[in-house]
Amino acid sequence: MSDALLELHGVHTHIGAYHILHGVDLAVPEGEVTMLLGRNGAGKTTTLRTIMGLWRASRGEVRFRGEAMTALGTPDIAQRGIAYVPESMGIFSDLTVKENLLLAARAAQHADQLDAARLDWIFGLFPALQTFWLSPAGKLSGGQKQMLAIARAVVEPRALLLVDEPSKGLAPAIIGNLVRAFSELKAQRTTILLVEQNFMMAKALGDRVAVMDDGRVVHAGAMADLAADEAMQQRLLGLSLGAHQ
Amino acid sequence: MTVSAMAPPGSMPQARLDTRPLALLAALALTALPLIGSPSTWATLTVAGLAMGLIIFVIASGLTLVFGLMDVLNFGHGVFIAAGAFVATSVLGGMSAWTLSPSLAANLIAIFAAMVAAMSAAAALGYAFERIIVRPVYGQHLKQILITMGGMIVGEELIKVIWGPQQIPLALPEGLRGAFVFGDVAIEKYRVLCVVIGLAVFAALLWTLNRTKVGLLVRAGVQDREMVEALGYRIRRLFVGVFVAGSALAGLGGVLWGLYQQIVVPQIGAQVNVLIFIVIIIGGLGSTLGCFVGALAVGLLANYAGFLAPKVALVSNIALMVAVLLWRPQGLYPVTNR
Repeated sequence: MSDALLELHGVHTHIGAYHILHGVDLAVPEGEVTMLLGRNGAGKTTTLRTIMGLWRASRGEVRFRGEAMTALGTPDIAQRGIAYVPESMGIFSDLTVKENLLLAARAAQHADQLDAARLDWIFGLFPALQTFWLSPAGKLSGGQKQMLAIARAVVEPRALLLVDEPSKGLAPAIIGNLVRAFSELKAQRTTILLVEQNFMMAKALGDRVAVMDDGRVVHAGAMADLAADEAMQQRLLGLSLGAHQ
Repeated sequence: MTVSAMAPPGSMPQARLDTRPLALLAALALTALPLIGSPSTWATLTVAGLAMGLIIFVIASGLTLVFGLMDVLNFGHGVFIAAGAFVATSVLGGMSAWTLSPSLAANLIAIFAAMVAAMSAAAALGYAFERIIVRPVYGQHLKQILITMGGMIVGEELIKVIWGPQQIPLALPEGLRGAFVFGDVAIEKYRVLCVVIGLAVFAALLWTLNRTKVGLLVRAGVQDREMVEALGYRIRRLFVGVFVAGSALAGLGGVLWGLYQQIVVPQIGAQVNVLIFIVIIIGGLGSTLGCFVGALAVGLLANYAGFLAPKVALVSNIALMVAVLLWRPQGLYPVTNR
């Protein structure tokens, strides 16, 4: 685990009276895409929110580049280079696309100070964002909002992206766009921890996989191994790959 | 092509100002004209209503952002108004040579000094209020209402300790007494000053909110606090800044309101507390533009109703709030995600 960018050791999280995470152990290697899979209610979203400090770990440890982060506040965690795309996308609907991106670029005070080359790269990935640059984000379609949410996470270089179910509720053609965008990020060796229910997307993108059940990681290994083993998929996820092809 | 110069094609949706609430103001004014009958009286009442509305806006603008940003119901906002008004009595009392001077410049310098002192005192009080009273009750609305009202009562008692329980006259400086007369239209000089200051505050707020990164953070924080933190910004620090700035504006409003009433009592803040809550509810909680339009509507209606049917004036603002909420349940300019 020593080469892992992010490590979770025995993390427990309570939300009010509910005990959601029951000792999560997870390693996210640098430069790879780690898929976090599991049934609804397995604890995937809670794991991401605990990493971001949005919910506090009641026990256990979260380490990033070897530094303990469990006691840090959310802004401090983000400032260490971790970007978070929540399941709800977290778009500021009343702000324009430009303002949403400017907000995510902590170093920039004005849109002129956004990295133009990086912005061109983002527009190459998501042309709609250039088209709707001055439009209120609330007017975008669901897929375009997801593109904006991801663009916001990469508008400045980040060490780690935490992305929660980006394909949820999107049309297959839009999912295809997202897969292409994540593939490009992967080609640039961006470290990503991606929660996903769409197994085909997970198979296409993942280097590593961790499967959660009942607030624990019950399997961790290479994504290719899980993709090739239908019996394991059936046992861990209750699905067969054939049904998804 | 630079980033800021990019523009979407004309057919794409862009951020457009919703002008219907502004049309409401025009409709209110035009409806009052035939009812009042005399154009000169109507003009006088309209300027008086705008002046009153702008004072209320100055007072309420901070409160709406405080609620929008941190979901804090601060029923103690009135204490900053009272503090500002009482500080003004001391400053203007100490500068009586300036206020009694026939020179308008000397008068304005005295008022400016009173405003700076009042805003500073209210800002300091606001900082202490947030640290001691508001911070322990984040996220607990009932406790916020109780403890902030308690804070206001304590504040009023402290004012009585410092300035005494009696009412203190706050006379207008010499140069601001009387009215400008245009034909049959008489416009009080002081109300013109209120309009100028109110519009300057509105312009400064709009500029800050729309043209600066801090303003962008405030607007984003009003919509989704958690996401602003996840982007790496400390929203608590931002909130303290907004709370202090809002308190300072309430102090400024206290000076304007005190001079408007020409008498200051320790309960001056409590007296307008209900009015400012009506304004921020009408405008849409967290919306600066909504607060502006709501305040003007309240000011205009109060003056028209006071002239046409003084007994109705007492309930006119409540009636306006009910009518607006029936039309737009989230207020004139609802803030998304709330």
